[in-house]
Amino acid sequence: MVYFEMAKTVVKSLINGPSTIRYPAEPAKEYPISRGHVTIDPARCISCGMCMRKCPADAICVRRDEKLWEIDLFKCHVCNCCVEVCPVHCLTMDTDYRPAFSKHDGVKVVKITYVKPEKKKPVKKPAEEKSEE
Amino acid sequence: MSKKIVVPFGPQHPVLPEPLHLDLVVEDEKVKEAIPGVGYIHRGLETLVQKREYPEYVYIAERICGICSFIHGMTYCQGVETMMNVEVPERAEFLRVIWSEYSRMHSHLLWLGLFADSMGFENLFMDAWRLREHVLDDMEATTGGRVIQGSAKVGGVRRDISSEKLDEMVTGLEGIRGELKDMMDVFLLDSSVKSRLRNIGMLSPEDAYELGAVGPTLRGSSVASDVRMNGYAAYDRLHFEPVVEDGCDCYARCAVRAKELFSSIDLIKEAAQKIPDGPIEVKVTGKPEGEYFSRAEQPRGEVIHYVKGNGTKKLARHRVRTPTMANIPPLVKMLEGCEFADVPVITLTIDPCIGCLER
Ligand code: SF4
Ligand code: SF4
Repeated sequence: MVYFEMAKTVVKSLINGPSTIRYPAEPAKEYPISRGHVTIDPARCISCGMCMRKCPADAICVRRDEKLWEIDLFKCHVCNCCVEVCPVHCLTMDTDYRPAFSKHDGVKVVKITYVKPEKKKPVKKPAEEKSEE
Repeated sequence: MSKKIVVPFGPQHPVLPEPLHLDLVVEDEKVKEAIPGVGYIHRGLETLVQKREYPEYVYIAERICGICSFIHGMTYCQGVETMMNVEVPERAEFLRVIWSEYSRMHSHLLWLGLFADSMGFENLFMDAWRLREHVLDDMEATTGGRVIQGSAKVGGVRRDISSEKLDEMVTGLEGIRGELKDMMDVFLLDSSVKSRLRNIGMLSPEDAYELGAVGPTLRGSSVASDVRMNGYAAYDRLHFEPVVEDGCDCYARCAVRAKELFSSIDLIKEAAQKIPDGPIEVKVTGKPEGEYFSRAEQPRGEVIHYVKGNGTKKLARHRVRTPTMANIPPLVKMLEGCEFADVPVITLTIDPCIGCLER
C-alpha cells in the first residue's frame, strides 16, 4: 500500500509560487492569433454582403441603402469566418476579448463610406455563384 | 423490512456540470435500478445543416461539444470530403492528428480533475487542471481558440503550425510529462484513491461489448477497440497501440485515461517528427451528393457523423451518434446494485457529456 503519494506535489506547491496569473497586476495571456472580437475598417468596406451571407450565427447585417454595417456582439461566436471571406480584407480579428456588457447594447453599428451600386437581376446570378467559390 | 424509495440525481448536481438526470431506485443504501432522463439542452443543431452551406456548417458541427470540438469538426469534414472525393493534403492530416491528440489530453486532464473532485480529493483536482492549462495554452497559440479551435475545414485545415512552434510544443509536452507522471502516481498508486475506486462500477467485457460501450469504458473492460486503429487522418502512418486495462472497474477506466495521456504525448511527438511540408488545404468546389458514415475516436469514445448530400450546397441530413449516447446503457448496468455513495464516481467514469448527447 502506498500512502501520501501527494506529499511530493504538496512540498513542491509550498516551495514554488502561485500557479495562477495574478490577473489585474499581471496581464492576461494573449497570442497573436487569439480570437477576441471582430473589428472593421469602414473606409475599405465595399458593402458586398459576403460576411452577412457566410456568418453562421447571423450576427452581421449589411444595410446597403443606409450605408450601415451592423454586428450583434451577443450573437457573434467569434469564429473568424467573416474575416476569412471578406474580399477586401477590411475585417480583422482583434486579440482582445470584448468587454462585458451590463445591459443589452451588443449591437454595434458602423457607418461605411462606399456603397456598391446595385446590379441588375439577370447579371446577379452568375456573379453571385462566382464569388461564392 | 426495507422500503424502496426513488432518489432523483441531477439534472443539477455538484459533481456533474452536465444536466444528466438519473432516477435512482434505492433500497437500504443500495441502488436497485437507475433510470436515465435526458432532454434538457436540445439545441436542434442537426436541423441547421439544411439552412447553412456545407463549408459553414463546420462551425456549427464544432459547437456540438466544447471539449471534443476539433474532433467533431474534423469528423464532419472527413464525411463531406469522402462524399466529394477530395484528397486532403498530407500535412493537413498530420495537423489534424496533432490537434486531435491535444484535444484528447485536454479532455482527459479535465476529466481526471473532475473525477478527483467527485472522490473528494480537491487538491488533486486543482493539480490536474493546472497541468491542463499548459495544453490549453498551446492550443490557443496554434489555433486561436482555447476551447473551440475552429481549425477544421472541408479540404484541410485553416491554420498551419511552424516547425519552430512544433519543436517548442514537443519540448513543452516533454516538460510536463514528469509532472503528469507524479500526478498519475497519485491516481494509480495512492491507497485512499484505490480504496475508493477498486471493485466498484463493475462492467464485464461481455456486457461492455453487448451494451455497445465505446472508448475508455470499453477499453477499461479489456476490449481492445479504438477507431484510431482504422487509420483515419494520419494515424495509419504513426505507431499506435490502444491502451487496454482488464480491471473492469472504475479504477481501470481511470487508468485507461491516465495512460492515454502518455500515448497522446508520444503520438504528438511522432507526428511532429514525421510531418511533411506542403500545402495545408485544397480548394473544394462543387456540391456534395451521396452519403457517408464518418467515424473518429474522441476522448470519450467513438463518434459517428452521418452526412447525406442531395446535390445542392446544403446537405440533406446530418446525424451524430456521440460516445455518451453509446455509454448510457453500460452506465445503467454499472449502477445496478452499487452503493448509493458511489453513484457520482461511477457516473463520472463514462465521462457523460450531455451537450454532445442531445445536440
Ligand atoms: S465587411 Fe467585407 S465582406 Fe462584409 S460587406 Fe464589407 S467588404 Fe463585404
Ligand atoms: S466572427 Fe463568426 S459569428 Fe462573428 S460575425 Fe464573424 S462570421 Fe459571424
